[in-house]
Amino acid sequence: MSEQTNHLFEFLLRQGDNALVLGHRTSQWCGVGPALEEDIALANTALDLIGQTQLWLGYAAEVEGNNRSANDLAFLRDAYDFRNILMMEVPNEDFGRTLMRQFMFDTYQVPWLTELQNSSNERVAAIAAKSVKEARYHLERSRETVIALGDGTEESNSRMQNALDYLWPYCGEIFGADEVDHAMSEQGVAPVPSTLKGTWRACVERALSEAFLVIPNSEFAHSGGRTGFRHTEHLGHMLATMQTLQRSYPGAEW
Amino acid sequence: MVSIQSITTEQVWNWLEAVPDPEIPVISIVDLGIIRAVDVDKDLIKVTITPTYSGCPAMSVIAMDIETELFKQGVSNLELETKIAPAWTTDWLSEKGKDRLEEYGIAPPQKAGEPQRCPNCKSVKVEKVSQFGSTPCKAQWRCQDCLEPFDYFKCI
Ligand SMILES: [Zn+2]
Repeated sequence: MSEQTNHLFEFLLRQGDNALVLGHRTSQWCGVGPALEEDIALANTALDLIGQTQLWLGYAAEVEGNNRSANDLAFLRDAYDFRNILMMEVPNEDFGRTLMRQFMFDTYQVPWLTELQNSSNERVAAIAAKSVKEARYHLERSRETVIALGDGTEESNSRMQNALDYLWPYCGEIFGADEVDHAMSEQGVAPVPSTLKGTWRACVERALSEAFLVIPNSEFAHSGGRTGFRHTEHLGHMLATMQTLQRSYPGAEW
Repeated sequence: MVSIQSITTEQVWNWLEAVPDPEIPVISIVDLGIIRAVDVDKDLIKVTITPTYSGCPAMSVIAMDIETELFKQGVSNLELETKIAPAWTTDWLSEKGKDRLEEYGIAPPQKAGEPQRCPNCKSVKVEKVSQFGSTPCKAQWRCQDCLEPFDYFKCI
């Protein structure tokens, strides 16, 4: 792979793996949601994310040109080959943390995918145009729910505050600006994610203040997911379940 | 059986009109607006489809139903292409499709983002139950007059 192709491949993996890992985590609620409507909403959100994964990883596989498919990338790579941000892989814990994470991600995805619609790469622009509609819909719900739970009972407020305290140090990784990001920006494929931090932060602050939640006073950020340098221990456990069928019966088809 | 030479684009569109949406069988896949193009080139029939939601599980069933219907009509050389741009929008639902949805009990999509009225008693006093429903394309609403819950076809 040339360096240019490699950068695009890495970029596509980051998009696809964020959608895949969050999609899988979200699907873990299927059948155990706190209410029927929420169960259905979580399953549908997961479905959208897995659909977006197929588009991103399908294109990544083509760019790689190594005869792999989206399925191969999803089910036959090990944890160190994943390029999702760490926030996507931490366990769901409870409904509050699940929705807080969804909100943090959606608040970024909407402006990010909106920008990607103008990508110089037609395929990236098309996938973004398709996905941004779903992301906007997800944001409507995750934002409403975070506010409702924050501005709810003492119990729901404290759970949401715990979720925010836990997830906050994982938010910084979204706004990378490494070699891959700069290469994508130079080729007009995507803006450097760090340029969207102000927009993201303003939206997050508005919603959290309505939710009576306090943003932790720390800029410390975990990293290592989007570069593949170091994932948390949780990703391996998640993949062990997610990939078990393809690992046990290689090449099995639906 | 028709001889392949005589197949016209119009005929293929008519055949596709007979293929119901697998999840909402009162409307056809043509009414749903997911058939973007039909091209007939000698003996090759090319149908271009666009997915409603990127993860919609009905898409593979739809592809299979198209194949089954066209093979039944004597088409032997069929190519199905999936195209994601421009992205599908509920604007592409036909007027006939929207009427059928309402008759079936599903409130058709509205630009305002919420159902205009209860598909059951036509009351405009409706409230949202959940932003998501039984399939990716629907949300759950309830009528405050007849108290019936109903599906609303989300506007995207
Ligand atoms: Zn009614």
